[in-house]
Amino acid sequence: MHRGRESATVMIRHRATAHRNGRSRPFIGRKRPFVAPCLPLTAYGRPLSFGSFPTGRPVPIVRIMSPPVAPPGWSRWLVPPAALSVHLSIGQAYAWSVFKPALESALGLSGTQSALPFQLAIVMLGLSAAFGGTLVERNGPRWAMTVSLVCFSSGFLLSALGAWTEQYWLIVFGYGFVGGIGLGIGYISPVSTLMKWFPDRPGMATGIAIMGFGGGALIASPWSAQMLESFGADSGGIAQAFLVHGLAYAVFMSLGVFLIRVPRPAASTDGGPAPLEGVQVSANSALRTPQFWFLWIVLCMNVTAGIGILEKAAPMIQDFFADTSAPVSVSAAAGFVALLSAANMAGRLGWSSTSDLIGRKNIYRVYLGVGALMYALIAWFGDSSKPLFIVCALVVLSFYGGGFATIPAYLKDMFGTYQVGAIHGRLLTAWSTAGVLGPLIVNWIADRQEAAGKTGANLYGLSMWIMIGLLVVGFVANELVRPVHARHHVAAEQEEAVDVRQ
Amino acid sequence: MSGSDTGRDSTPAGRQGLIVVSWIWVGAPLAYGLYELVRKVTQLFTG
Repeated sequence: MHRGRESATVMIRHRATAHRNGRSRPFIGRKRPFVAPCLPLTAYGRPLSFGSFPTGRPVPIVRIMSPPVAPPGWSRWLVPPAALSVHLSIGQAYAWSVFKPALESALGLSGTQSALPFQLAIVMLGLSAAFGGTLVERNGPRWAMTVSLVCFSSGFLLSALGAWTEQYWLIVFGYGFVGGIGLGIGYISPVSTLMKWFPDRPGMATGIAIMGFGGGALIASPWSAQMLESFGADSGGIAQAFLVHGLAYAVFMSLGVFLIRVPRPAASTDGGPAPLEGVQVSANSALRTPQFWFLWIVLCMNVTAGIGILEKAAPMIQDFFADTSAPVSVSAAAGFVALLSAANMAGRLGWSSTSDLIGRKNIYRVYLGVGALMYALIAWFGDSSKPLFIVCALVVLSFYGGGFATIPAYLKDMFGTYQVGAIHGRLLTAWSTAGVLGPLIVNWIADRQEAAGKTGANLYGLSMWIMIGLLVVGFVANELVRPVHARHHVAAEQEEAVDVRQ
Repeated sequence: MSGSDTGRDSTPAGRQGLIVVSWIWVGAPLAYGLYELVRKVTQLFTG
């Protein structure tokens, strides 16, 4: 067997013994290398589970699949395409609206009913990322990508069966529940691995993958529309379209399963796996730190502000300029929405890469501070200048995308790479919250203002100021982020456990 | 990342071909999506 595949559990010497013998405690504190005492490690030096601690004896860890370790000479530039093949596929979720009119006419559904599969898929995305993150860390990115492939593809196949038999509940279950699990596991599957391959550019690396999630809708939207046109928009045509989607995405995502590798470990001086450097915090401990919740607020506020524009972009630009000499047509509004998608995608790669140069805290100061300024400009002058409105909206949407793409690297800075995938998964509950909060604020206020007899830009004025307030809250939360206290570090946790055992 | 080989050593020729194929695999659909996006964006200025 190739040495690189020998990733099965490797044991290291019981360093805690040195502590019991009265020697120094070398691993407490920040910026110190971490090797967990008496824990089974993966081939690249990461403990698999705390389940065996503090027994002092190695305990077999049940894993479904070993993380695939890269053979010598494996290029790290093979990892971003692996990640992209998954993210470009699952990003299809944002193009669900293409199927809505066809489903409504073929199965006699209301608009609310036809949105159910998408809504359930997004809920399942958040839940599976939050609860499946630890499994992803334990079993590695190939396992996660395989699960994502099977779930996402099966979701389409079940939906095809549902459309063919005209059983709508099967489409909701297939696309929403089963496919949604594929979205969540697939979203977090490459993040931690990419940051390990690109320790010098973690923001850029995660930006590439998460840009793919934005790009997925750009591909799926025209592709799905073309397919419905070819097969027909009746239940049989929709079933064929779902079937082709399921099979095509399975083939496309298989590249990720095939290519993904974790970096090889470099041997330490004593011959064992080299330790991880810097702060390392477990996913469970991260939840008990204020840093996690400050970052949760930061992400939630940033996403809420972005969704506020994104969700109502087309009617918003039409309303803003309805009473002017140059009203915006329906097709021009569609072009505006497309431009926002481009800004969202570009921000994911561009701003996230910039964070590698200016730092994570500073880039979020930009997202939240300049974002608030952009909203203020729209509120004050938006209806007097179309270019100003468009530019400000584009900047806000680029920050929205940038916020998504930069957060994994921010988490790595705070909590290390030890269980960053699991921590990221749990933080994505902020996305689910913002997904409800943003549209709720904008739509509810617009409806109330309309009922009060207001028109045009006045429908959105109050929403803009609420968004500014939320961004200020996020800005303050970002300012409150400090390095994680040493008591939450993994080595310190274990030493405390050793002391208790003694 | 400390303690890991991040692949910055020389890449064998066969793997360079794999790199090209894998980037085309993901790049081609993305290019199609971007092309369709540009077509829609022009409506903002012509519509």
